[in-house]
Formats: sequence, C-alpha cells, structure tokens
Amino acid sequence: MTVMSYIEAINRAMKEEMRRDDDVFLLGEDVGKRGGVFRASEGLYEEFGEARVIDTPLAESAIVGVGIGASMYGMKPIAEIQFVDFILPAVNQIISEAAKMRYRSNNDWSCPITIRAPYGGGVHGALYHSQSLEALFASQPGLKIVMPSSPKDALGLLKAAIRDPDPVLYFEHKKAYRLLKEDIPDEEVLIEIGKANTVREGDDLTVITYGLCVEFSKKAAEKLATQGYEVELVDLRTVYPLDEQAIIEAAKKTGKVLLITEDNKEGSIISEVSAIIAEHCLFDLDAPIFRLAAPNVPAMPYAPPLEKAFMVSEDKVYEKMLEVAQY
Amino acid sequence: MTLKTMNMPQLGESVTEGTVSQWLVSVGDEVDLYQPLVDVMTDKVNAEVPSSFKGIIKECLVTEGETVAVGTPLCHIEVEEVESPKSEATEAKATEQKPSVAQENQSMKKRYSPKVLSLASEHGVDLNAITGTGINGRITRKDVEVFVEKQTSQTTNEKQTDIYLSQPTQTPATQDNFTNNKQSPRPEFKGDREIPVTGIRKSIAENMVRATSEIPHAWMMIEVDVTNLVNYRNAEKAKFKEQEGYNLSYFSFFLNAVAKALKKFPELNSSWQGDTIVQHKDINLSIAVGNETELYVPVIKNVDEKSIKGIAKDVHVLAHKAKHGQLTKEDMTGGTFTVNNTGTFGSVQSMGVINYPQAAILQVESIVKRPVIINDMFAARDMVNLCLSLDHRVLDGVICGRFMSHVKEILENISGDTTPIY
Repeated sequence: MTVMSYIEAINRAMKEEMRRDDDVFLLGEDVGKRGGVFRASEGLYEEFGEARVIDTPLAESAIVGVGIGASMYGMKPIAEIQFVDFILPAVNQIISEAAKMRYRSNNDWSCPITIRAPYGGGVHGALYHSQSLEALFASQPGLKIVMPSSPKDALGLLKAAIRDPDPVLYFEHKKAYRLLKEDIPDEEVLIEIGKANTVREGDDLTVITYGLCVEFSKKAAEKLATQGYEVELVDLRTVYPLDEQAIIEAAKKTGKVLLITEDNKEGSIISEVSAIIAEHCLFDLDAPIFRLAAPNVPAMPYAPPLEKAFMVSEDKVYEKMLEVAQY
Repeated sequence: MTLKTMNMPQLGESVTEGTVSQWLVSVGDEVDLYQPLVDVMTDKVNAEVPSSFKGIIKECLVTEGETVAVGTPLCHIEVEEVESPKSEATEAKATEQKPSVAQENQSMKKRYSPKVLSLASEHGVDLNAITGTGINGRITRKDVEVFVEKQTSQTTNEKQTDIYLSQPTQTPATQDNFTNNKQSPRPEFKGDREIPVTGIRKSIAENMVRATSEIPHAWMMIEVDVTNLVNYRNAEKAKFKEQEGYNLSYFSFFLNAVAKALKKFPELNSSWQGDTIVQHKDINLSIAVGNETELYVPVIKNVDEKSIKGIAKDVHVLAHKAKHGQLTKEDMTGGTFTVNNTGTFGSVQSMGVINYPQAAILQVESIVKRPVIINDMFAARDMVNLCLSLDHRVLDGVICGRFMSHVKEILENISGDTTPIY
C-alpha cells in the first residue's frame, strides 16, 4: 500500500499502461517536457521519449482527430485536453467520428481512444476553467464517460479506460488532484467500466452522485449519522452509459433519493438518473426525487462568494440530506 | 442580556482545525465589535479572530496551545442589547429545521407515498393508526415498517400462546417473511415456535457472547459450613417477616459477607478497561434476578454500608420490580461485582459467566444438609458451595483464594453478635 493523491494515481495509471503496452501513447498540450500543466504526466516524457509523449499545437480538434486516426490503426492513444472547457473544438471528432466508428463500419473498425480532461470548480478557475461538460456527451451511444471520485478509482478506471476497445472520456476533477489522498494497493488495480459503486450503506435515504461530490457526500453522511440517519451512498463511477440496475436497487432500498451533481441542474447526468428511477421505482418511492446541483446560470463565477454559492459543498449536501431524511 | 458564542472560524479553504496560540482578552473584559479576541494558528495561516459581538467576555472555553476543530466554541460573550432581528431570524430557522415528532402542522398526514400505500396494502395496515414522523406529520416508509414489525411480533406472540394452550392443529401463519428472511438453516417441524430475538433477549445474548469471548474465565469453588447461619436465620425469620413484611433471606447474609470481603480484597471489586484496571471504591453488588423468560441484573448500591435488613429490603424491592418489568436503567447500572443466587434452583455447583466488565462473579449454591467429619466424628451440618468465576486478566488464584476463604470465615462465624440484622 502507498498513499497517493488523485493526480499521482492518474500518473501511475498512465505509466503502468505505457510500460505494459507499447501501443499506448500520450498526446496533448504541454504533456511532454513540461509534464502537463497540472503535472499529471510528470516523468513520462523522460521515461518513454518524445515519440510516445507528444506535445501538440493548441488545436483540440487535431489532438482528438490524430488520436482517432492512430487508434484505427491499432494504437491506444491517450489524448489529453488541458481543461474540459477547451474540448468544444473537438466535439465533432468525438461525436461524429469516435462515437460512431464501430457502428457505421459494421464492426470492421473501432476506436480505442481515451480522452482525458480535467473538469470542475472550486479552484477559482472562473468561467473557462471550472465547467462540468459530461452531460454534453451523455446522449451519444458509442461513448463511455467515467468520472473517478477517489485516487484508487482514478487509477483503476483510467487503466480500464486505456484498455477499453472503444472511445472513453475520462473526466478528472481538478480540485480532487491534490485534495484527495488514500492508501492504494501496490498490485494492479482495475475497475470495471459501467458499474456503479456502493460507497456506504444505509437505510434512511439513498444518495446517488459522482466525481468530487462523492467526497462531500461521504463526509456529510458521516455527520448525518450522528443525527440518526444512515445514508446509502452510490458513486456512479461511469456516468454514461449508466448502471441502471444499481440505480434501481439503490433507489428501491430506501424510497428516498437525493441526486447530486456539480453540473448545472437542467439536463444533467442526474436528470437521466431521475428518469430511470421514475420509470422503474414508482411503487417503491417514499418521497419525490430530490436533486442538488449548480444553478442554471451559464458557468462558474469568479468572485469567491459567488463561486461558493454556485458550488455544491459538504454543507449544502448535509442540509439537503437532512431535508430528505426528515421528509 | 444574552450569551453569545464565538466559534473557531474556518481560516482558509482546506483548513479543518486551528490551534489557539494566545488569548488577547480575558474573562471580564469588555470587547468591541471586531476587536481581536484570540490568536489562532493553522497549517496555512496565523490569524487574529475578531469578535462578532460587542459585550463582556464571560468564559474562555479553549486554553492556549489547544488544537480544536473548526466550529468548536471558543468563548462566551455576554451581549448587552436585545437580539437583532437577523439573529432571531436565523434562530427561528434553526428551530424550524429541528425534527420534531409532535409537529403542530399535520397537513401531510394524509399524503401517502406510493411506497407507504403499497406496504400498507401488503400488510393490511390501517394508516390512521400510525403516527407519522416525516415532515408535517407525513407517514414515512420507515413508520409503516416499524409499525408492521411491532404488530408482527405481537401477533406471533399471541399465536404462540394460543397454540400452546390448544394443541397445535395448524401451523402458525408465518407467511410474513418480512422480518426474518435471513435465517440460518434449521430443521423444521410442525408446531415449532418462532420467538423473535428482540429487546432484553438480544442484549443478554450480546453481553454473554462478549463476556465469554473476551474474558479468559477461571473457576474455583469452596465449601462453607453455614450451620450457624441457618440456625440464626431460622430463629429470626418469623419475627422479621411479621415486622417488615418481607422475607429474611439467606441471600442477604451472603451479600453482606461478600461486601465485607470485598472491602478487604478490593482487587476483586474492579473492572477491566483495556489498558487499565479500575479498582472501585464503592461496593455495588449486581444480583441476578430472573423471571420466566428474561434475566435482569439489578444493582444494590453501597452494600458495605447497609445492614442485613437494608440488604434484604433492596433485594425484595428489586426482585419485585424485575417480576413486574419496572426496573429502570438506574437500577441496573453501576455494579462492581456480581453475586448470583443459583441455589434457589437447587443447584450445588455452577460456572458463572462474568458480568462484563466486572472482574468476577460469585455463585451461591444450595444449602444442603450433609454428614461432615468434625473432630473425627460425624456431624450433620448445613453445607453450601460458593463458586467463583474470575477474569484471569485482572485476578490470579492466590488473591481469589484468600478472598474466598475470608468469605468462608465470615459466613462460618455468623451469629447475632457478629452480624446483627438491624
């Protein structure tokens, strides 16, 4: 066991996979000599050389496009987008090409690319360095989206993403990078994509969330336990496609469901989770489905009080949990 | 005049605690709004905490050098003026959020959720009979489940007695797998009774498992000649009963003797607390009292300070309470040593389970007339066995042997002179 931060776990995942498989390579802005703006790829350039750790121009469409082309020829690219806010120029590549490759070629071609991008707020990043854009891609069959909530998950899910035969979007929370640390086994860690994880068991209310909000929820749930309410906490891990079975089981268990995302509320991942519960769990529901999310304003503000007001936090989660528990 | 509390503020993003490095004010000082109160040191910053109130420092709750979590109260300030409307509003909000069962507003009482309705129809529950604990009197899933569970255990009990009285012709209706679908495998026979493990039974089970699995038990037994005691008690018992209204039991004498011996050997009047052994000053004897189904261990406090009559009275009161289920938590806590009157069943030898976390338990067995050799001659004497179970982590054989022989000595020398009843 070694204590690792979230970003160290990401670094370890890439290192291990690049050592294991010569076809794995990394490309993106400043990922080479500089080791990434967040230092996620530190040491990779030195170990694997410029042919496998490629600094690219500031052209996201090209980063993803080159990756897709290489992957169709059997390579396993990891394309890093410096901030998920910058992924928009590459959306055409991702949705029109990567997501549909296997389908439109009738299974002749596939596209085993992993696209990594830091997302999320709470770091005074303002509009273009704080967004959560997973919902944008969550209605595109052919894509997978994973969003780890802990260092161990970051390691296991990234390794699984790199090995996946189809395109995977891997969104990592930039505030979690150095905030979250935990003991990780030194042996290989692989976490299956498409499966949710029950973080905590309880029978008063069910909280379903993902990403950094899992951490807030864990702490808030411990606090709520002192009030006599036990939270069933489910981390989606893979936000697309959703683990329907796990969602249904967790919702049925308590009949009171609170869904949490850092993203804007409307049309978010949890909106789809809510629809799944509404479709399958009517007679097991004991309360309306509650959602806690960012307000429907264009993006994370810069001013600290406004950012605080916008962001989901442990306190907000606790208050909402209490409301649902007492409903 | 109202008392306000200053809490440890959050000084920075990921800061969870702070160390009070220096108080800048002391109790009795008058402070202004925003006047620095205390220097606080955290991983990230050193900062002065300004007062949020104007008033007089009444109490400092954290000493210099102490590290406390964010939100911990630092000091109390007595504030002059009447509460500002703002703080009233927040307080009102806070009380509003508190869960209260007896809510005035019952507007949600009849708004049933799908889960509540399906549970109610599944179990044939009349929802009017349930008090809701949810918001505005709403009946929650848990309310129904608790209600059903209570009902099931009640009806199973009733059914069981019925069956017991009138020979079982039909199997009890146990379709309600609701509460016990996680059963361990067991053979099934027609007419088997199923008794839910709840309440007292459950805590007895837990305590016994804990005591037997955690405490390394050792045992010893001595034989005591209580002929004197028997004669003494027989001479007094009729008068006593007439005067006091309850029995002068042998047990009171044994309790008295044990208390005296514990005074001399306080090692046995102690408890295991992990890394320390606590020797108790008070001698509070737990006694085992059972009714048909349950076992209670009420406590007689300060036995060493009580006369035989006082002890007999306590035993009588506690036994009465146990029989009628009136024992309070107060009655059952604080025991430092247990004496168990196994002799009432005719038992002559037993190995008691120590009443966790005490260090030992003494079983008083049946008094039996037996031939004994005294001065090379047979004599008919009243003999009793005393069996001691000891926690071998706390106690060893030597000390327990001495304790036991002291108890023996006291008991064998009982008479009106050594042990007056009043």
